[in-house]
Amino acid sequence: MIRHDYSRVDPKRRANIDHKKRQFANPEFKQQNYEHRLNYYILPPTAEITLEEFETWAINRLKVLSELEACSFRNRTPEETAEYMTSILNKYMPLRSNSSRSQSLQEERKKDHYSHFILRLAFSATEDLRRRFSRLETMLFRLRFKDDDLRERKEFISNLNLEWEEVGESEKREFATELAAASGIKKGDEQEWFKVDWERVPELVEQRKVLLKRGKAYVPQREQMSLVVAEFTKRLDEALELTARALPRLDEDDRLAPILAHLSQSFTSPDAAYSSSDASIDGLSAPTANSIDTLSKHFPLCMQNLHMTLRANSHLKHFGRLQYTLFLKGIGLSLDECINFWRRSFKLMTDEKFQKEYKYNIRHAYGDVGGDANRRGRGYTPYSCQKLLTEPLPGTGQSHGCPYRTFTQDNLVALLQRTGINDRDLLKTVREDVSKQRYHVACNRVFEHAHKREIKKVKDDGSWSATDLDTILHPNTYFKRSWLLKHLGEGNAGMANGGDKMEE
Amino acid sequence: MPHSVSPEPTPHEDSPMPQADAVPIKTEPDTQTPDIDMSDAPIPTNAESTKVNLDDLFDDDSDPEFGSSIPQVKSEEPSQRSPSPIKISSKSSFSDPEIMRTFYQRLFPFRYLFQWLNHSLVPANDFAHREFAFTLPNDAYLRYQSFATADLLRKQCIQLLPSRFEIGPVYSANPRDRKSLRKASAFRPLTKELVFDIDMTDYDDIRTCCTGASICHRCWAFITMAIKVVDVALREDFGFKHIMWVYSGRRGAHAWVCDKRARDMDDSKRRAVAGYLELLKGGDQSGKKVNVRRPLHPHLDRSLNILKDHFQTTILAEQDPWAEEKAAHLLQLLPDHTLRAALQKKWDSSPSRPSPAKWADIDALAKSGSISKSAKDLLEAKQDIVLEYTYPRLDSEVSKKLNHLLKSPFVVHPGTGRVCVPIDPRKVEEFDPLSVPTVTQLLTEIDEFEWDDSDKKIADWEKTSLKPFVEFFRGFVAGLLKDEKSGVKREREESGEAMEF
Ligand SMILES: [Zn+2]
Repeated sequence: MIRHDYSRVDPKRRANIDHKKRQFANPEFKQQNYEHRLNYYILPPTAEITLEEFETWAINRLKVLSELEACSFRNRTPEETAEYMTSILNKYMPLRSNSSRSQSLQEERKKDHYSHFILRLAFSATEDLRRRFSRLETMLFRLRFKDDDLRERKEFISNLNLEWEEVGESEKREFATELAAASGIKKGDEQEWFKVDWERVPELVEQRKVLLKRGKAYVPQREQMSLVVAEFTKRLDEALELTARALPRLDEDDRLAPILAHLSQSFTSPDAAYSSSDASIDGLSAPTANSIDTLSKHFPLCMQNLHMTLRANSHLKHFGRLQYTLFLKGIGLSLDECINFWRRSFKLMTDEKFQKEYKYNIRHAYGDVGGDANRRGRGYTPYSCQKLLTEPLPGTGQSHGCPYRTFTQDNLVALLQRTGINDRDLLKTVREDVSKQRYHVACNRVFEHAHKREIKKVKDDGSWSATDLDTILHPNTYFKRSWLLKHLGEGNAGMANGGDKMEE
Repeated sequence: MPHSVSPEPTPHEDSPMPQADAVPIKTEPDTQTPDIDMSDAPIPTNAESTKVNLDDLFDDDSDPEFGSSIPQVKSEEPSQRSPSPIKISSKSSFSDPEIMRTFYQRLFPFRYLFQWLNHSLVPANDFAHREFAFTLPNDAYLRYQSFATADLLRKQCIQLLPSRFEIGPVYSANPRDRKSLRKASAFRPLTKELVFDIDMTDYDDIRTCCTGASICHRCWAFITMAIKVVDVALREDFGFKHIMWVYSGRRGAHAWVCDKRARDMDDSKRRAVAGYLELLKGGDQSGKKVNVRRPLHPHLDRSLNILKDHFQTTILAEQDPWAEEKAAHLLQLLPDHTLRAALQKKWDSSPSRPSPAKWADIDALAKSGSISKSAKDLLEAKQDIVLEYTYPRLDSEVSKKLNHLLKSPFVVHPGTGRVCVPIDPRKVEEFDPLSVPTVTQLLTEIDEFEWDDSDKKIADWEKTSLKPFVEFFRGFVAGLLKDEKSGVKREREESGEAMEF
């Protein structure tokens, strides 16, 4: 049933399938035989499956992809990710090698094949979903490629017919030193090399892991994975584009549409989303430009850093300004007050320059100006930790991002000390956290330390549930929780600032 | 340099539009929340890319001195070859409408600009579907302008007198028609030169001779070094041939890589090139900015060889980066505790030692035994320091996106009045930004030109000091067109074969 939708994708393109592929494309509604464990997912499924299989398989794959995404968010290393994913893959999407001689090989591969194509349909609607899907499918493919049986992997690759030119002996000798330096492989170690147009291995080029000569990249054998993966991504991206264009026709099948819609929705927000309820905090009167200095003691380190930088320089570069503006919007600072805040903070700037170059951007962030969609959506959502942890590192002169990630350990400790964190053991543990790239763990640890007393109280008297004290994944959650904890029972007993040692 | 990204950098929605068909400022923001998109993924290649990216809206790196307001534009156009002298007085400002009008009428090399962007002498879509963006005298910013011919572009310039204009990608349809297209996806950027932007602001933490917008010969050497390193990498490593370097008019330089192979690159490939060339990592608080594995990648090894000599002259002798207490940063970059302590002691007693002496102290003290790590470690640390102070600092965001706009060559920088002239990379050492002609100077040169009979046919630019630059540009364009022609021929042959199949 999926097949007939696909066959209508683009007649011209289908005609381009070469003879080899055409012979495979012939049989309709027939079981396919899966020779290899790995799959480039070139050919769409051709056999019937039940509606239940359709949904279950898709949900299982979705589970796998979501867990993969979570791994990348937690900055797990490839090894940690592989280890973590093993049980999940075994449970939801086992995929065994030929050598396992399992009875269910074909069934497993069929499920892998079909579920991939179902999710393709579900996630091709927007550019954003396509990009995420492609990224996660690539991660999954890489993971499986790595642990594939060596011999079977070789067979799979040779079956792909990728055009790789081997580097001859004389050229290997001529460039021996450079080849070794570029790849990090010791000179003299036996090694085969391929020569390809550099555009085919952008990843390796970006990381300077290959030698480049006049537009050709010299790729060592062991980086073959990179080539195979890049090719996988490329083909998937192209296919997703085509699916997107064919998508409207899918509405014809009204049994599938709701399932697909549901799938894509459940994929849309695994990230800690900012909720507008974060902006309304019991007992906190609307913040003003004047109150930010006082409130800033409740800010997470990323925002405190921006605040201090702003105070020190009377300026912030644009990414920092954007990050901070959205955060301030998120704590409930009104547009007018926000404009006030920036106007006063940029002490050295003329009014004219401010009006001309800065005000519009603040208004835009609030959705006060811009196109319909921006206004409707009230501008942009405050950044989550995930966003801050995955964006490119700041350049010189910039101070946005998450300091746990962007600062050296020494500078990070100095910054923490400036915010009043002096506990030696804590600082030591924070160092360990960040060296393992567990940035959000470090941040939560600092939070718990700074609010030790209050957390104990709300736990003891049961006034806060466990969810209320869940790991913080959003700077605005950090603020809200900090403020509330530091103003416990303010309405009745004035606990505010009572005895806490959150030094300023 | 203020780099304009596809979205409007400085929107002025209330500015009156000087002309009926001028496109109003369009700000359709991205409808998705930034959270969904966690990667620094490329701007989508469909029409979404015409929407404003909020990050870009916050781009404030605009030129501090830019933007003097000048009187309203007169609508009537004076005769093209005004026989009367141009009347330059010492009071004339660079962006005076009469000056700009005369500049566009008589000096701007529209013909070669057209050929450059069109890749052929016959008008084609490479030019017609190319986006131009104008910054008008009242600071309004007009996106999605396009022109079928060089002459139409020229007419528009003479009419609107933009203080500058920028060049964007070639789109899949005429940018002026983008709203009438039935499907939004029918309008997307297809090709554009691979561009680079090197700006002195990125050197502010190591530049000691000047601050802000000003430059001198000493700090221009940073740009010279950068051009040398990037140019050779683009040619030898990536195999690009048609690379045009352009002075940005004040304190930086742009590169336009015009090879077809470069123009066709999607964002992931642009990102790859930018990443390959990028070395310094981390913000001001991240400490050591150079962290590279050994042995050095051949590109870095070659760069280091180019930069070594500059380090001695440009950095140590001329910038004196570690004067007095600034030596602390140097100490921070040395990994050896023993050596650091010995140096600290020595410099505490004579803080005014000039940087070359301090640099020499490192080896001297190491030789005398104040060292706990290996000589190799020290050598590598010193190499890293050389790279931190000399390696090009590119504004890589500009290079990563197909739909980024960049200021056109040969426009006038509104702050300095200097023309954005090409720089010959073979003679990059000789290029002197402070002697680049200003628009007023050029117009005076036309006035003062001595006529004689043999000079009857010459163009106005030939009468001025713009001449060598226009000639260089003409030569560059001719070389590009020649390669383009043979490329087209080859493509035809190939597709011919395919059709037989
Ligand atoms: Zn200078």
